[in-house]
Amino acid sequence: MRAAKLNGVLFLFGLFFLWEVVARAELVNPLIVPPLSKIFESFISLLWSGQIPLQILASLKRAAIGYLLAALVFISLGIVMGLFDRVYRALEVIVEMLRPIPPPVVIPVAMLFFGLEDEMKVFVIFFSCAWPILLNTMDGVKNVDPVLLHTARTFGLSRYKIIGQVILPASSPQIMTGLRVSLPVTLILVVISEMVGSTDGIGYFILDSQRRFRVAQMYAGMLSLAILGYLLNQLFNVLHRSLLFWHGGMLRRSR
Amino acid sequence: MPILEVRGLSKSYRQLGGDITLAIGDISCQVEAGEFVSFVGPSGCGKTTLLMSIAGLIAPSAGQIVVKGAEVKGPPPNLVLVFQEFNKSLFAWRSVLGNVLFGLHARGEHSRATGTKGETLIELVGLKGFENHYPWELSGGMQQRVAIARALAYEPELLLMDEPFGSLDALTRLELEDTLLRIWEELGTTILFITHDIEEAIYLSDRIWVLSRRPSRIIEELRIEFGRPRNQIVTRGAPRFMELRNEIYRLISDGGMGETN
Amino acid sequence: MKSINWTGWLVFAAVVVVWEVAGRSSPAVQFYIPPASQISGSLIQIIASGEIAGHVGTTLTRFVAGYLIAAVIAVTAGILLGYFPLVHSYLETLIEFLRPMPSVAIIPVAILLLGIGDGMIIAVTVYASLWPILINTLDGVRHIEPTLIHTGKTFGLGRWRILKSIILPAASPYIMTGLRISLAIALILVTTAEMIAGGKGLGFYILDEERSLRNSNMYAGIILVASLGYLLNRLFLLGELGLMKWRRGLVAEEVQ
Repeated sequence: MRAAKLNGVLFLFGLFFLWEVVARAELVNPLIVPPLSKIFESFISLLWSGQIPLQILASLKRAAIGYLLAALVFISLGIVMGLFDRVYRALEVIVEMLRPIPPPVVIPVAMLFFGLEDEMKVFVIFFSCAWPILLNTMDGVKNVDPVLLHTARTFGLSRYKIIGQVILPASSPQIMTGLRVSLPVTLILVVISEMVGSTDGIGYFILDSQRRFRVAQMYAGMLSLAILGYLLNQLFNVLHRSLLFWHGGMLRRSR
Repeated sequence: MPILEVRGLSKSYRQLGGDITLAIGDISCQVEAGEFVSFVGPSGCGKTTLLMSIAGLIAPSAGQIVVKGAEVKGPPPNLVLVFQEFNKSLFAWRSVLGNVLFGLHARGEHSRATGTKGETLIELVGLKGFENHYPWELSGGMQQRVAIARALAYEPELLLMDEPFGSLDALTRLELEDTLLRIWEELGTTILFITHDIEEAIYLSDRIWVLSRRPSRIIEELRIEFGRPRNQIVTRGAPRFMELRNEIYRLISDGGMGETN
Repeated sequence: MKSINWTGWLVFAAVVVVWEVAGRSSPAVQFYIPPASQISGSLIQIIASGEIAGHVGTTLTRFVAGYLIAAVIAVTAGILLGYFPLVHSYLETLIEFLRPMPSVAIIPVAILLLGIGDGMIIAVTVYASLWPILINTLDGVRHIEPTLIHTGKTFGLGRWRILKSIILPAASPYIMTGLRISLAIALILVTTAEMIAGGKGLGFYILDEERSLRNSNMYAGIILVASLGYLLNRLFLLGELGLMKWRRGLVAEEVQ
C-alpha cells in the first residue's frame, strides 16, 4: 500500500515538473498557464498579505451561517416529518415541487430579495442544503429499528422520552450523512453565488482575477479553495468520529 | 393468585393483499410466581406474537392478558421483554453500564445506589470489567448478557425472553443457559421463555407448553420434574430427559397440524 | 404504485390560494413573488411566443453533450483504473488532490482557455460531471466480490470476457449511482456557467429577467428549468429500470 502511495506522489510531482517546464518554455501561452512556481509565489504573497485569508473568511462566514441555519431548520423539520406521517404527507407535494430546482437557479431570486449582500448567499446555501438534510433526517427517523422501539416501550418509556432518548440517537448517523453531503454543496454554492453576484469572497476573487488577467492570482485562488475544501472535510470527519464513535463499530459487528 | 393469566388469547393480522392470517388461535394458561416456564413450538407458529401480546406491545384480537390481577393494555410496569436480536435492541451509543441502567434511568432513578445496582448485575451476568465498553466491542454472547442484565436491573417480576439464545453458537448457548438459571435462582424472577430448541426448554423449565403450528394452540402441558440445580451433563444425560424430548418432538411434528403459510 | 396524496395536494392548493390573494392585494408581494396566475401567464406567453425555445434548446444541448461526454470518459476511465490497480496507484494522489476543489472553480480557467461560448460551458460540465461517475465506477469495479471473478476464471473465461460478462454487470449498480448523481451536477454546471458567461440558455435567461426586473418571467424560467430537471430524472430512472432488470426489486425501492 505504501508503494502505491509513493507511485501517486511521484506521478504528481512529475506532473508539477512537467507543468513548470512546459510553462517556462512557453510551449503554452504563459498568460493562460503560468509556471507553477509563479502560481505558488502568488499564493504565498496573497496569503501573507492577508488578501486570501480575508476573502476566505468572507466566504466562510456566509457558508457557516447558511449551513448552520439549514441544519437547525431542516433537522427539526425532518424529525417532525419522520415522526408524524400526517405532517409528511401534508408537506410532501410542496417538497417534491421544490426539489427539482437546481440550486444555482435560485440565485437570481435571492438577488431580487437581498441584492448582493451576505443574506443573498446565505439564502442560496440554505435552500441548497435543504433537501439532503431534510430527506436524510426523515429517513433516519423513520428507519429506527422497531426492536429498539419495542425495547424502550417494554421499559415503560413515554412517547416523548422515546423520541429524545432512543429515536434521536439512533437516527443521528443518518442525520450526519445529510450534514456531510451538504458540506460540499455549501462550498459549491457559496462559490457560485459569489461568482454571479458579489463584491468579495473567494469565488468572486477567482473570477475577478480572471477578468483582470491576473492569472497567477486566479490559480492561487483555486488552490486556496481546494485547501479550504480539504480542511473542512477533515474537520467534519473529526467531529463525526468523536460524536458517532459508536456507530462504525456497530455496523461492522452486524456484518 | 397466579402472577400471569392468559385467557383465550387470539391474534389475527391483515395482510397486504387483504387476507387475514390467524397467528394465534386460542391460548389459555396460568403461570405462578417464581416459575420458569417455556413455550416450545415450530418456527413461525406465532411464539413471538404471543410474547409481544403478553408484554403489552401488541393488542390481542380476542382474549385477555392478566398480570397480577390487572388486565394488560400496554407494557405493564413490572414486566420486561428480552428480544432475540440483541444487536438491534442494545443502544449502541450507550456503554454497557449505560445500557444496563437504561430502565432505571427511565424510571427516574439516577442515584449512586442505582449505579451500584447496575454494576452488581453486570457482575452477575459475568461481565465484570466491561462496564465502560460499548456494544460493538463485545461478542454476541456478551451482548445478549448485557440485554439480560439490562432487563434484570429493572427488577421486573416477570421476565419474558424471546429465543434469547437463538442467534448464538451452540457452546455459548449452553453457557448462557446456566448463567440464566443461576441468576433466576438468585433473584426469584418469574421467567417466560420461548424457544424452538426442545432440549433447551426441558433443561431450563419447570413447565413446558407445546404449541402447534399456526394458528397456534397449546397441544400439551408438561411438568418437568428434574431437581435443581440442573447440570448440562447429568440432567441432559438422564433417560427421562430423552423421553421428554422425544415426546415433545412427536407432539410437534404430528400433533401440531394447523395452517402452514 | 403510490396512491395519490390528497392531503398533500390540498395543502399545496391552499398555499397557492393564499399566495394568489396576497399577490393581488399587496403590490410588494406582487413584485417579489408574483401570484401563481401571473407566473402561469408568463410561462404560457414565453412558450407560445417561442421566446424561450431557443434558451431551452441551448441549455438542453449543452447539458446532453456535457453529460454524455463525461459519462463515456468517466465510465471508461473508472473501469480502467479499477481493473489496472497499478495505473490507479499513479493517479490516485492526483485524484485526491483535485477532489476537494469545487468543480465550479474551474469556470474562470475555462473562460480563459475557451472564451464564453458553448465550448466552455460544455467543457466545465464535462469536468464537473466526471467526478461522481468516475469515483462510483471505480468503487464498483474495485469492490467486486472476488469470488465472482474466480468463478469466471474457473470456467476458463479470458480477461476480456470477464470484464464484459462479470465485472461490468456487477459494477453496474455503482455506475448507475454515479450517473444519477451526475445528472443533477451537469444541470447545475450548465445553468451556472450560463449565468456567469451570459448570452443564451435558461441560466442566463433567468438572471437576465431578474436584472430587467421582469420577475414573473424569471419565475417562469425557474419552473421550466425545474421541470427539465424533473423530466431528465424520470427518463433516467426509466432507463435504469429497463437496463437493470435483474435488480428491479432494489432499483424500485430507490425510485421512491
